[in-house]
Amino acid sequence: MTDTTRKAARPVPPAAPAGPGRAAPAPRRTRLSRRLTPWLFLAAPLALLLTFTYAPIANMVAYSFTDWDGVSPELNWTGTGNYTELLTRSELFEVFFVSGYYLVASAVQIVLALYFATVLSFDVRFRNFFKGVLFFPYLINGVAIGFVFLYFFQDGGTLDSVLGLLGVETDHAWLGTPFSANTSLAGVSVWRYLGLNFVLFLGAIQSIPGELYEAAEIDGANRWQQFRHIIAPGIRPVLSLSVILSVSGSLSVFEIPYIMTGGATGTETFVIQTVKLAFQFNKTGLASAAAVVLLLIVLAVTWVQRRIVPDEKVDLV
Amino acid sequence: MHLNRRTTLTGSLALLALLASACTGTGGSSKGADAKAPDDPSKVKGSLTVLTHRTDLVQDGTMKKYAAEFNETYPGVKVEFDGLTDYEGEVKIRMNTENYGDVLMIPAVIEKKDYPKFFASLGTKTERAAKYRFTDYSTVDGKVYGQSPVGVVPGFIYNKRVWSEAGVTDWPTTPAEFLDDLKAIRSKTDAVPYYTNFKDMWPLTQWTNVNGSVGCDPHATTKLAEGDPWAEGADLRVGDTLLHDIVRGGLAEKDPTTTNWEGSKPKLAKGEIATMWLGSWAVVQMRDAAKQAGADPADIGFMPFPAQRDGTFCAVTSPDYQQAVNVNSDNKEAARAWIDWFTDKSGYAEANLALSPLKDAPLPAVLEPYEKAGVKLLDLEDSKGAEVKSLDNRSEVGIYKPDYRQELVDLARGARKGGLDDYLGGLGERWAEARSALGS
Repeated sequence: MTDTTRKAARPVPPAAPAGPGRAAPAPRRTRLSRRLTPWLFLAAPLALLLTFTYAPIANMVAYSFTDWDGVSPELNWTGTGNYTELLTRSELFEVFFVSGYYLVASAVQIVLALYFATVLSFDVRFRNFFKGVLFFPYLINGVAIGFVFLYFFQDGGTLDSVLGLLGVETDHAWLGTPFSANTSLAGVSVWRYLGLNFVLFLGAIQSIPGELYEAAEIDGANRWQQFRHIIAPGIRPVLSLSVILSVSGSLSVFEIPYIMTGGATGTETFVIQTVKLAFQFNKTGLASAAAVVLLLIVLAVTWVQRRIVPDEKVDLV
Repeated sequence: MHLNRRTTLTGSLALLALLASACTGTGGSSKGADAKAPDDPSKVKGSLTVLTHRTDLVQDGTMKKYAAEFNETYPGVKVEFDGLTDYEGEVKIRMNTENYGDVLMIPAVIEKKDYPKFFASLGTKTERAAKYRFTDYSTVDGKVYGQSPVGVVPGFIYNKRVWSEAGVTDWPTTPAEFLDDLKAIRSKTDAVPYYTNFKDMWPLTQWTNVNGSVGCDPHATTKLAEGDPWAEGADLRVGDTLLHDIVRGGLAEKDPTTTNWEGSKPKLAKGEIATMWLGSWAVVQMRDAAKQAGADPADIGFMPFPAQRDGTFCAVTSPDYQQAVNVNSDNKEAARAWIDWFTDKSGYAEANLALSPLKDAPLPAVLEPYEKAGVKLLDLEDSKGAEVKSLDNRSEVGIYKPDYRQELVDLARGARKGGLDDYLGGLGERWAEARSALGS
């Protein structure tokens, strides 16, 4: 049955003869639509990008030159007044010391991620299970993580119970002192973002051709030598991207400390401070200026980093 | 081709600028409307949207019941409720447009001087102050813009059973006596003498309500605006010192950084926590928690701040969120009718065991012990309230925000360097600087 129908369908000729028309230029209308098509495809994402990213940024930059309080119909142009205030109040930049904890944590995070990615790129038992375990935290909402870890660090909470099982009786208030609180929070952040770094590294490692390992093995290279001379140079671009992301991430930490401590006990970061300026003290203008300054700082740090470690093209072979 | 690309770029830049200006333009330029009370209830027509922070009452249908009762008098008005969980945050953003309901609670973020731009007047101060409490809090240029449906009285919520087990039966009359009582609770019972609710932050802001109760002065708010709130013997200093001493003396919970408000309610009801500084509004919640936890609701007691003037305690009354009419509303008469009915006749204050906003109404049952003990209820004069708020924001001290008391608690338990006097002195300096910057 199917065979006959197919046969019957076959003889139907194409509606227009294709031959001679092809060489001649397409009619005006077709040309126009051909040029428009990519823009039509781009219209939706571009519109979203403009409305939700660039327009708010333009607005924020505009607010940073005013004394707007966030709700009043009146706003006055203050010129660079907010920037002057920001740069003359050194205490507003003291919070960057807190970023140091997260910077150290992200170094730990990158090393751990690299270690796990390397180990799991070789043939290991339960490989996919471990990949899942490592990546899973990244999929959880940051707010949920904040609440979960609040219970974790509570007096007599999960951490204390687990330590108790191991025979370690501590009476330590994990979020009680600035050092302990920041270390705990940075630890949570490592737990959360390890998966992302891990997946990036794993992808980069797996894109290295397998023959290289084989050749290295024949030459008698051990695992460390393989890592040092094949994997490390092979993932260099991804590594430098991760470093840039973690430095800018450390400067603009927000979610985890905001939910878990609200910036109390010396855990306030620059973004938390900005949010408080804007929404507690109604200094939207000053807060916008602070946000612009943070953006500039992140850009500057990235630029310096690129100058120190230029992105060379890697050639493994 | 190059030229072409440039035009596209300019085009998108123009679009960007357009978007930017469209977003910056804030609505609501109409100014100074009145919401007059309707003469004939049966003739009022229209539909109302009421924005409220009481999401619990919207969900359990209580608000619908109020609306049905309201319709018995005003059959032509359709009332709908919009319960907002993050009330402050959401309404603040909606108030950049003209669509912020017909009736709403005035968010704390709105500056008093801007009230006429956002809300319709409910009448003059002279006319309303004769009948209602708290008119001062929303008066701008002699006109009143909001009315709180309930009043609250700050005070300590305490577990009577625990306090009497510790051998304390009389309310302490000085901070020192209060500390001794807490020490007795620590040594004679298993309860945590005081719970700060540090992590949830807002319970700490309640301490600002000691203002007025300590010195028994109806002009306490004006004093905040004109003097140093942390001067020797000033109300806030007395309150903050007491909080500091409680924590320093080890009379508060062991780990304040992981406290839990919802969890603290049954703990107080069961007697695991002895005391918390909150307000009369919390008594209902604590008694509910007691019922749920199988404890005795009668154990929940309420006591004033331990300070007396001429042998009597003072307790300040303060308004809750104030209901107001949107100045852009098309149904101002109906909106006004709702506010009047809700304030005068709904029974909302009684249902919440709160102080009625009507001056001639009897005191709620929660405050009966106050009546017996002869506690003087004090209505604070609030003519400088707006100035205090601007000073507070300008100085970034935040007497209505949790941060500085969190720092105070950290200081007291040694997680922050420094001494109490230096810390409070520093706050006073910032306060004075802000005042000179504002030129008042």
